[in-house]
Amino acid sequence: PHPQEKADPQKTAFLLRKAWTLYSVTPLYGFRRARLRDYARLLGAFIAAEKQKGLAVEVGVELDIKVTLSSLPDIRGSELDQAALLVQLSSRSRASSRNSEDKPVWSGWFCSVFGDDLFENVPEHFTCLPLFLSHGAESYTSLVGSWFQKTFDCCFRRLAISPLNLSWMVAMWAGCKLDRATSAVELVFSVPRLAQPLDISYAIHPEDAQALWDTVQKTPGEITQEEVDIFMDCLYAHFHRHFKIHLSAAKLVKVSTAVASAHCDGIVKILNSQYLPGVLMLLTELAISQIQ
Amino acid sequence: HLATSLPLPSERDHLRPRIDLVVFMIDIKSKYSLKNVETSLAYVDASYFLGKVCFLVTGVGRKNDCSIETNSVCKLGEAYCSPVLFCELELEGVRVATAQRLVRMLGICAGQIPGVSALSFVSLMRKSNDD
Repeated sequence: PHPQEKADPQKTAFLLRKAWTLYSVTPLYGFRRARLRDYARLLGAFIAAEKQKGLAVEVGVELDIKVTLSSLPDIRGSELDQAALLVQLSSRSRASSRNSEDKPVWSGWFCSVFGDDLFENVPEHFTCLPLFLSHGAESYTSLVGSWFQKTFDCCFRRLAISPLNLSWMVAMWAGCKLDRATSAVELVFSVPRLAQPLDISYAIHPEDAQALWDTVQKTPGEITQEEVDIFMDCLYAHFHRHFKIHLSAAKLVKVSTAVASAHCDGIVKILNSQYLPGVLMLLTELAISQIQ
Repeated sequence: HLATSLPLPSERDHLRPRIDLVVFMIDIKSKYSLKNVETSLAYVDASYFLGKVCFLVTGVGRKNDCSIETNSVCKLGEAYCSPVLFCELELEGVRVATAQRLVRMLGICAGQIPGVSALSFVSLMRKSNDD
């Protein structure tokens, strides 16, 4: 299925060029879209209460945290997906004037892009938004996460990305046709079992990577494991020819392309709005496979 | 006897005892180990593939560090009619159980168990829909 290309670039611009930490989330029980304002109020009260208890997020700074919950109707794959849900925490310093702007402090969003065909027999009252992305202090993430877990009986887990999945990502994204391929395709490897950790960074000109992928991919729009293996083997062979190092024995920890970058700890940055749905579809699939 | 790849160096051929079982170890975190095994397979005499070869995949406890698809290894096992065992060497219990399993297989391959030969492994490898 083709991801919807109709997402309004203005609305989704804030999602780009930020480092998002990924989580998988089990279905939310009893979540009702009509109650977003109530939930925002409850979450705000929860955060304030936790700060009172002394689990202060920032010591010594008097901050009122305002919570906003909103829907992002453009971020979904098909009609079967739930629209994405955005949670924003902003601060207004008590010292400043009433009319001062709220400063965004933390944001997180739940989404599902073509996740629904994998959530077939979900009982009533459950809302499936398996992918959660957060940006901002870990302490806020944990507060927001706790509130959601208590309120909707769901479970958050950090989503790690294996070298196998990272190689799928770099092969797919390096092959994307862009108006201007601005940045190099970069792969970062970590070499195991050394006294001092060693990272190897392998950068490839984006046009070379695209040309390689074009010779490997047989059917446009379809990617097989064999094609990804051939693509990676070519890169490894090229590196070995020059440096006599077998990158295939090292651990692939990070990949970067002009479309997006991803780190094995489950951190992604999406750089291109045209391919946003495609990237989210892949991440949704990873989140779902972690849940199942 | 442990080797990093095949063929074994020929200088020691005359000192080497008979080899009853070849266990190919594949580290799921290293694509290189799979390639190494695939290249080494070419140096094994065909008669070994009648139950005297098996594949041992290690590191399966860490799903997030996978560099190899388990499907590829299973297909390799099918192609060479040899069993594929999965284990996690970092867990003592699994390590010990796997070692015991391999020793038992070795005993059968060496002909020490009356009534059972290495060929039994081959018949166990046949899928039920082949019958």
